[in-house]
Amino acid sequence: MIGTNRGPRYSGAGLLWRGLRKSNWPRVWRDTPLKKSYDVVVVGGGVHGLATAYYLAANHGITNVAVLDKAYLGSGGSGRNTAIVRSNYLTPEGVAFYDRSLALYKSMSADLNLNVMFSERGHLTLAHTDSAVRTMRWRAEVNKLQNIDSSVIGPDEIKKIAPSLDTSPHTRYPILAALYHPPGGTIRHDAVVWAYARAADAYGVDLHQKTEVIDIECAGGSNPDGKGEGAKVTGVKTSKGDISARVVVNCTAGWAGLIAGMAGLKLPITTHPLQAAVTEPVKVFLPTVVVSGSLHVYVSQTDRGELVFGASVDPFATYDMGGTLDFTEELAGHVLELMPAVSKMRLLRQWAGLCDITPDYSPVMGFTPVEGFFCDVGWGTYGFKAGPVSGEQMAKCVADQATPELIAPFALSRFEHGMLVGEKGAAAVGH
Amino acid sequence: MLLVPCPNCGPRNSADLTYRGEASARPNPATTTPKEWRDYLYSEDNPAGWLKETWYCSSGCRRFFAVERHTVTSEFREPPLPGSKTPKPLGDVGGRAVVGDASELEGEQ
Ligand SMILES: Cc1cc2nc3c(=O)[nH]c(=O)nc-3n(C[C@H](O)[C@H](O)[C@H](O)COP(=O)(O)OP(=O)(O)OC[C@H]3O[C@@H](n4cnc5c(N)ncnc54)[C@H](O)[C@@H]3O)c2cc1C
Ligand SMILES: [Zn+2]
Repeated sequence: MIGTNRGPRYSGAGLLWRGLRKSNWPRVWRDTPLKKSYDVVVVGGGVHGLATAYYLAANHGITNVAVLDKAYLGSGGSGRNTAIVRSNYLTPEGVAFYDRSLALYKSMSADLNLNVMFSERGHLTLAHTDSAVRTMRWRAEVNKLQNIDSSVIGPDEIKKIAPSLDTSPHTRYPILAALYHPPGGTIRHDAVVWAYARAADAYGVDLHQKTEVIDIECAGGSNPDGKGEGAKVTGVKTSKGDISARVVVNCTAGWAGLIAGMAGLKLPITTHPLQAAVTEPVKVFLPTVVVSGSLHVYVSQTDRGELVFGASVDPFATYDMGGTLDFTEELAGHVLELMPAVSKMRLLRQWAGLCDITPDYSPVMGFTPVEGFFCDVGWGTYGFKAGPVSGEQMAKCVADQATPELIAPFALSRFEHGMLVGEKGAAAVGH
Repeated sequence: MLLVPCPNCGPRNSADLTYRGEASARPNPATTTPKEWRDYLYSEDNPAGWLKETWYCSSGCRRFFAVERHTVTSEFREPPLPGSKTPKPLGDVGGRAVVGDASELEGEQ
């Protein structure tokens, strides 16, 4: 569905042709000067911002759009996550939403003409306690009602799927059962970012990297500076100049509170780093994604053979992305508890990304009390899998000036009405 | 590791303490409006800079205390005394011990 014919279509034949002719590939997206005015300014060049821009152009014909990022595209969580996708959530609202995202991911390589390497390898969430087994059963029932392939399996079946897991009853935290979700898997996250960027660019969307938003201009609000409740957005100030715009979409994840603050709003969000680590590559032995909430760890093996691990967020709010020894120590202990055989493997490196955590582990999407200021934030540790559907629905929200049904439960106003969407049971260490 | 300066125990690994979040004054339940109460429950300043916060020394002396931390550099300082505006530096007693600088690394697939 690439809109115009800018740039070549990617294909095996094209690769061979260019290889034989030794001709260079052209730049994937344009480098354009900042215009004085845009219909829509999207702040944040991660998967959420880029998908929003793409669907605005592709589905609604709104192409006078800029995506601004203070660093490079994919420099936030979108290029740092462990790339796990699934739809076996706990609330009916969550399940419907993530299922749509998975459907969009499934056809993405074909739709956007870029291989995003979706590996539908299955997803196991382990239960080590009776209460965890109960949550798994609850999730499986909610999932089945919505036609999601999801069931609770016992240790014998777990052992058949992932023989490297220690399913004996003699461990410190014996594996009692697992929620098995065959459609879950991993996708190459950089490819997703590039696919949306390339496709949005082809529709004429301007992508501005190294362009930091330093203020949002508003008028008519209840705060002394004209911002806050009741205000209208008139433009943004950036490190590269001012832009006038009546619609600004906040897709800045870990920095979401700072951008909202520029419009005079406070969000129910705190910023926490989530750390991850990767080992040296070995032969493929782990066929599925394995998650253990009780042991605060999840692991999958990449196509190159490395094990990629993640854990839970650092337990205090900070914008500091330094890695810590506490993390690797705890991680190693828990991984060896699950898979004693990997004790000789070495970690290659660790890193962190910023996560925007909400009190109910559900996002904040759609309208805000400032007219023209939209949010698609609160994505915490689980927002990569939600990128496509969020972009699609946010674009619809902006274009129709009405909240689409699929994201209505995630409105900022739910905190006013006490209608929280509790996903902690499925998202806290879930991925 | 983040070294948190407990007034009783001195610098301790954050794993020994429990983070209780931003230190904001609770509105009076008898006179507050629903909006104020919701703001108190859910809205966060979440600044990239100095933040006044509460810690509970759960594995140590079990004291609750407020301290100011810089959420970008991870430095600590004592909150200003009532009536004074200048915060007191804590010197070398807190901060983050970091292995390598992961901030420049790209993610993994
Ligand atoms: C280690 C780790 C593992 C994870 N694993 C998973 C997983 O397995 N599955 C899953 O679904 N999710 C996972 N997540 C969560 C997921 O990565 C995020 O929720 C998701 O990437 C958020 O995407 P985004 O586009 O909203 O934000 P981001 O990708 O974070 O993009 C925000 C962008 O905003 C830009 N920005 C910030 N401030 C400004 C400003 N003032 N001006 C201009 N630009 C600005 C930043 O530079 C950044 O590029 C993980 C996260 C981490 C950190
Ligand atoms: Zn103490």
